[in-house]
Amino acid sequence: MAGTAVRGRLTWQVATVGAVRPETSSVRTIDLDVPDWAGHRAGQHLDIRLTADDGYVAERSYSIASAPGEPVQVTVERLDDGEVSPYLTEELRPGDEIEIRGPIGGYFVWDGTEPQHPLLLLAGGSGVVPFRSILRHRARIGSTVPVRLLYSARSLPDVIYRPELAASGDGVDVSYTLTRQQPPGWTGHSGRVTPDLLAGVAWPDDLMPLAFVCGPTAFVETVAGALVGLGYPAGQVKTERYGGAGAS
Amino acid sequence: MHALDNTALDGNAIGGLLGEIFGTEMTTAAATCAACGTVSLVAETIVYLRAPGAVMRCRACTAILLVVTPHGEMKCVDLLGLSALEPG
Repeated sequence: MAGTAVRGRLTWQVATVGAVRPETSSVRTIDLDVPDWAGHRAGQHLDIRLTADDGYVAERSYSIASAPGEPVQVTVERLDDGEVSPYLTEELRPGDEIEIRGPIGGYFVWDGTEPQHPLLLLAGGSGVVPFRSILRHRARIGSTVPVRLLYSARSLPDVIYRPELAASGDGVDVSYTLTRQQPPGWTGHSGRVTPDLLAGVAWPDDLMPLAFVCGPTAFVETVAGALVGLGYPAGQVKTERYGGAGAS
Repeated sequence: MHALDNTALDGNAIGGLLGEIFGTEMTTAAATCAACGTVSLVAETIVYLRAPGAVMRCRACTAILLVVTPHGEMKCVDLLGLSALEPG
């Protein structure tokens, strides 16, 4: 039983690719069979390492998309200038083996053990991936913590997990802002997240909310700064930055 | 302080590397900047991975806290910018 195994030192191990499913035109979810997986917490990530025939090595971090207790999944967005994501989203096939290191992180995690804090989840593009793990974990443990998710995406077809988010159930309020293209009749938000938009979505700070912000660096800097401006203590705003590109 | 460009990540991105080196979860470790004295969680620091090696900088004063440089199978870990690094 993996759950009873003594957790070993974090190191690289071989995972076998299971099913690969499209989420959007540039995003895939990949099932990974990891023989010695120690079990993960909602919000953690893992590293993937690819080694080319000439010995060149590239590593990237990917949030874990599945809930604790579920098989390991990652959701990967193809970046056109990427070294790793084009391979993961276009070349990788079921049965392939890749090197992974994880689970990683104890900061950007939500265990559901502090039900007095409502959750505010702010996603830019594929920054929504760890929130899928958190929302699934919330459902699996029967948590009634109220959640607001604001998801910034380029356009509706770029939204990852849209059917699943729509079925999130009681206590989870999902709203979108579309930055580049809105469909006819769109009633959600438009444009990048601004302090005014955030003020309308965020829980009042006197409810002692816990905020998680994940996305491209510029998105996280803007949103985290605006939350502190709304009165959120910096310690209640957890951030994870993906760097430059991405469909936010 | 100049605005962060989009190659700037944060300490979450170095969690795997530091976890392997130190043998414990490090994103929740408390890092004390030797230059300005600010104590922050590793997860909250600025991290660049596109430099030669991995570079961790103080979010308050941008001083270099830690550099990890690969040398073949070995890793050179420079902690000179830290006055303390304590796992959480």
